[in-house]
Amino acid sequence: MVPVTYYLTLSALMFTLGIVGVVIRRNAIVVFMCIELMLNAVNLSFVALSRLVGNLDGQIAVFFVMVVAAAEAAVGLAIIISLFRSAKSVETSDANQLNG
Amino acid sequence: MEQNGVTALGYIPLFPLIGSVLAFIIGRSKRDAAGWIATLASAMAFAVVVALVMAMPEEAEYYYRAFTWFSVGGFTLDFAFRFDHLTAVMCLVVTGIGSLIHLYSVAYMAEDEGRHRFFAYLNLFMFSMLLLVLGANLLVLFVGWEGVGLCSYLLIGFWFKNLSYAGAGRKAFVVNRIGDAGFLFGMFMLYRQFDTLDFAELAQAISVNASPELLPLYFVVALCLFVGATGKSAQIPLFVWLPDAMAGPTPVSALIHAATMVTAGVYMMARLNFLFDLAPQAQAIVAIVAVFTAMVAALTALTQNDIKKVLAYSTVSQLGFMFMAAGAGVYWVAVFHLVTHAFFKACLFLGAGSVIHGCHHEQDMRHMGGLWSKMPITAATYGISTLAIAGIYPLSGYFSKHAILAALEGGHNPALEGLLELLVPMASVTAFLTAFYMTRSFAMTFLGSYRGHAHPHESPLRMTAPLIVLAGLALVGGLWLGGTLPHYLAPVLGSPAEHGHESIIEGLMHSWIGIAGIGVGLLCYTSLSQIPATIYRVIGPLSTLSLNKFYFDELYAAVVVKPLEAIARVLFRVVDQGMIDGAVNGTAAVVDVSGEVARSTQTGQVRHYAFFMFVAALLMLFLFVFAGRV
Repeated sequence: MVPVTYYLTLSALMFTLGIVGVVIRRNAIVVFMCIELMLNAVNLSFVALSRLVGNLDGQIAVFFVMVVAAAEAAVGLAIIISLFRSAKSVETSDANQLNG
Repeated sequence: MEQNGVTALGYIPLFPLIGSVLAFIIGRSKRDAAGWIATLASAMAFAVVVALVMAMPEEAEYYYRAFTWFSVGGFTLDFAFRFDHLTAVMCLVVTGIGSLIHLYSVAYMAEDEGRHRFFAYLNLFMFSMLLLVLGANLLVLFVGWEGVGLCSYLLIGFWFKNLSYAGAGRKAFVVNRIGDAGFLFGMFMLYRQFDTLDFAELAQAISVNASPELLPLYFVVALCLFVGATGKSAQIPLFVWLPDAMAGPTPVSALIHAATMVTAGVYMMARLNFLFDLAPQAQAIVAIVAVFTAMVAALTALTQNDIKKVLAYSTVSQLGFMFMAAGAGVYWVAVFHLVTHAFFKACLFLGAGSVIHGCHHEQDMRHMGGLWSKMPITAATYGISTLAIAGIYPLSGYFSKHAILAALEGGHNPALEGLLELLVPMASVTAFLTAFYMTRSFAMTFLGSYRGHAHPHESPLRMTAPLIVLAGLALVGGLWLGGTLPHYLAPVLGSPAEHGHESIIEGLMHSWIGIAGIGVGLLCYTSLSQIPATIYRVIGPLSTLSLNKFYFDELYAAVVVKPLEAIARVLFRVVDQGMIDGAVNGTAAVVDVSGEVARSTQTGQVRHYAFFMFVAALLMLFLFVFAGRV
């Protein structure tokens, strides 16, 4: 059996990749994908730990996360489309009207 | 015996008050009506006073409570008037001479654009002055006291477009405030001790409380009240405002700054004689200050060239004479000189006004001369008043001044022991100087040949009629009042010592001081005009001292005004601009800088916000994990 450490390490790596992507990338779609990557990294940890401790709570949490992710995909894509309509671009750096 | 509820008392000040309002309102559209309204109001007040005095039984006094002014805790203050013999004399002077001066002003101010304002102020002054003399308690007196101060300020600065005139008004106001502070302190201490400000109750309380431990209090109170009197009645050290007050129209100088307002301090001392009698040291200080004021003012008057300035310093000097009598404790003499001075000094001022009017606003006596033939009535009345103020028998000034010198000489004040040998000769010298400088002003104005360029003419009847009446009073007032006044005032001021009648020869002999002054004056300023120049050359520095008014203004500028300005500058630069503005501006600057810092975090970039959130989440995680373990 694969030790749980491996799963958690992979999960941490994926999460870090997601964070870095969100912070440094400018393309809104890529940012969006990185957020999905972070969600799925968390999902992986949930499932791995659920199996380790031998109850199903973690796996149920995963379902909730997937539901939220689906809703988020719908809302997020809608935001990106309206962003494109108003700014003629999907670069996040162009959407800086809140600049103080 | 005291009669209550004599409503007529209320009308005396009411007429001028109504007159003031009407003169202003109606005068705005009908300028010429204002003067007549004001004159009528003043004359009506005079009529009421005369009727009251006629109807007043011997030893009586009237009392009228207009309304309760305020009632706080156990302290109730009535707006009440008391009319006794002292008040009667004052009211007659104020309304009588006031009415004459109103009549005179109608002609004098006929050309002035703001004459409705002038007459409104003048009637307001009459109202305040009548409150002052009618008030039955110290606070009503004080209301009048402040009221006349306000009117004086308004009328000195009547031609306020001239900045130095407006400054003279301000100076009078500020200097008087200093005196008023003393007056207030005296009033507070009296109230604290006796729980009342009513004159009759105060007299009662003080007469039963003559115990030695209260004497220091009486001394301090009397001194504080005298500080108030030095302000209002122009004594050293607060007399500096009166010469400057000549900036006002000449009738104002006659009414306010010669006949009535400036005598308020003398009236106040006579009114509170029961208090001053228990403070002999304070009386001694009053007498000393009075003698020095009279002397210094007379010396200053010697070299003034402005006809009104001579009269102003003469007024200061004569007020000094009144305070000599008050300081000697012979109050009826102070009031006597107050009345005679009101006659001849009002006449002199109005005469000066007539001259100024006739010479087209020339006030410098060096540009006058020879007006005797051109303005005979003015010259004659001015001459009579000059003789009166010089103290020539049988004119009014002789009797009052003689009585003052006698009172000072015969004083029984132990605090003045030894000083009288100095004070009495000083007063006599001052009387000589008075005759001299008044003769000088008469000679420079009316004798010799005309030195100006205008075409002097006699003033209209409306101006000369008051002059004639006042000159008549100055002529016979002393003879008439010298016999009646002491007995008339006896119920208020105590019975004077009887003194025998003097013959004409004795009278003329006693007026040698005045005759000498006039003689020397005539000699110096008519036939031997080189004498003054020689004298000035010989005593050069002294005459400069007199010409520059003993540098009182410069002294006050250096001692009071300049330091105050320096303090004000420090307060302005350091405290106001530095600390107060600094605190306000500093608060704004802190907000500004912190806002500047905070806005740099608001880039508008989503990924920056995301990064902050991530860092914050990490921090919180560390806190939970590691801090939780400790």
